[in-house]
Amino acid sequence: MPTVAPLDLEGHCVAAVFLDDVPHFALADGSIHRLDHGHKTEQSNDGLLCAFYDSANDRLITGGEDGKVFSVKAGGAVEQLAEAGRKWITSVAAGPQGAIAYASGRTAFVRFADGKVKEFTHPRSVEGIAFAPKGMRIGVARYNGATLRFAATEGKPAELEWAGAHTGIAFSPDGNFLVTTMQENALHGWKLADGKHMRMTGYPAKVKSLSWSPKGRWLASSGAPAAIVWPFHGKDGPMGKAPLELGTRGNAMVTCVSCHPSQEVAAIGYDDGMVMAARFADGKEVLLRRPGKGAITSMAWDSEERRIAFGSAAGDCGVIDIAG
Amino acid sequence: MSDTQMSDTRSTETGADETGAQIPVTVLTGYLGSGKTTLLNRILSENHGKRYAVIVNEFGEIGIDNDLIVESDEEIYEMNNGCVCCTVRGDLIRVVEGLMRRPGRFDAIVVETTGLADPAPVAQTFFMDDDVRSKTKLDAVVALVDAKHLPLRLKDSKEAEDQIAFADVIVLNKTDLVSEDELRAVEATVRAINPAAKIHRTQRSGVDLAEVLDRGAFDLKRALENDPHFLEAHDHDHVCGPDCDHDHHHHHDGHDHHHHDHHGHDHVSPIHDVTVQSVSLRGGEMDPKKFFPWIEKITQMEGPNILRLKGIVAFRDDPERYVIQGVHMIIEGDHQRTWKDDEKHESRLVFIGRELDADRLRKSFEACQAA
Repeated sequence: MPTVAPLDLEGHCVAAVFLDDVPHFALADGSIHRLDHGHKTEQSNDGLLCAFYDSANDRLITGGEDGKVFSVKAGGAVEQLAEAGRKWITSVAAGPQGAIAYASGRTAFVRFADGKVKEFTHPRSVEGIAFAPKGMRIGVARYNGATLRFAATEGKPAELEWAGAHTGIAFSPDGNFLVTTMQENALHGWKLADGKHMRMTGYPAKVKSLSWSPKGRWLASSGAPAAIVWPFHGKDGPMGKAPLELGTRGNAMVTCVSCHPSQEVAAIGYDDGMVMAARFADGKEVLLRRPGKGAITSMAWDSEERRIAFGSAAGDCGVIDIAG
Repeated sequence: MSDTQMSDTRSTETGADETGAQIPVTVLTGYLGSGKTTLLNRILSENHGKRYAVIVNEFGEIGIDNDLIVESDEEIYEMNNGCVCCTVRGDLIRVVEGLMRRPGRFDAIVVETTGLADPAPVAQTFFMDDDVRSKTKLDAVVALVDAKHLPLRLKDSKEAEDQIAFADVIVLNKTDLVSEDELRAVEATVRAINPAAKIHRTQRSGVDLAEVLDRGAFDLKRALENDPHFLEAHDHDHVCGPDCDHDHHHHHDGHDHHHHDHHGHDHVSPIHDVTVQSVSLRGGEMDPKKFFPWIEKITQMEGPNILRLKGIVAFRDDPERYVIQGVHMIIEGDHQRTWKDDEKHESRLVFIGRELDADRLRKSFEACQAA
């Protein structure tokens, strides 16, 4: 029987993560809460808008309304890494060799581990930013497509075009595919080897949460009354294939998905605060948390694959212990 | 995994949304030099008990350090639905979403557009994006107009005209820089472009803030109630006298400064640079089976040409009056309230746009009347 240790906070939770296996909750007001032998709090941004878990360095990168980028590490170490000016930092990412990337307005910034920062200005706003799994390569989601470039060199960027506003971006773990979330209720994908398009449509709502299963075999997504899980294990990705629909509910929408670190199972969070887990192979479901006060906004698994930290838009966060 | 608790999983309990009422959003448009910044500073500094978050394109000379001012790059995104007029401001979606994650900081939002901005994508953002729509509501589009320079602006840009055509409230500013005759001509032009907006004559953006904020112009329950003489004021040819700098905010009698000489005619501006026209339609009780397919077809086909659309509709055998408003192809309608005993059951619509075929609109509208 799963058990839930609740942590009731005030405000929208942007990110729930484990740092050194201690659950951390980053709220929109920039407060970072952790359950580390009691409830402790640190402060990062004055207004936290985006966060990215840097698994290689076990830290959370945050960006915010104050135009600053912070690193949050276990034990409450909060360090300012960069400052971009008056505009909001709207997207952050972490890459190889301690590099981070962040976006402000139409500019994408890459900060290398030695503190050197490179700027890449685009004709339109940088809506989302991500690192490719290999090489110092960043991808930017923008209006009418995505732009890929190697950050350390001065080469010409690769432009991937697809009409519409692309709002978020993710590379598959093997680096073979690029997927964007769109302003429309759809995902778009490119097979990077040949630029082939993948249209993933049919969502009743915008897709705000993506999660790759182990080895990138599946991509789970929110935006429907079920978790929509696209097969990416074929050489052409999900083209011509139907996705799995897991944890279907008639009266609630999936707002957050988080794949298990080693098994083909996803934690699924809904707009009413419920959390379920569902297995890809047979669709079996188990209830992990009953509905709460707000939509689930973020979830993360711990390294023992036993606990899930979750955050909600209303601040009713907590930790689910699957084994109970 | 087991199926334990499956029955609970399907419970009908729904999560309460963490936010309360929708936050009102006021859109401020107007050319450079029309007095937008002055008005914004008044909104931020005057003691009206409300806190505003302001979204601007560039930090100008506005605000003080404590104010919540967000600088944002104007991003017009066309929606991928094949409709050229379905545009939104992508940056607003993101900024509003961010602001609404900490809703306790402000009571309302003001969006200041650049001088050359087309107001349609700004307005449409609040109807077309589900997240924005669930948390905020468009209150009104306010256009500041420089009384002295408007004729020049209309000559060299389509945007100045669009801003007037689109507005619910028009602040005719800098009236001290023109003669009464000039002012009258400018106001007639503004009125010809947009017969449905409220016009306030001011100097130094000195309009009563209550006439600009919290107007509910897109609220179907309130829309058109603000102006009890909506589309009716054509009869009295009110001409402002030399004392016309009087307080236009104290219209207890609800009379407005319409300068229409004709009854029910289409309005053509005395300034020939104007390409926006309005078509006012008036009819009796409508047959809903005819009216709805008609309005849908008109907005589908003429959407790009229709900037705004407002109306009150009387349906046969319906005790409630139906109100309708639209922006390009987006239309919204709802029952507003029961007809009062002394009210005439009639239907009135105004289209503001370009290249509207007034005759065809009128004939097809009249064909929707209940037999």
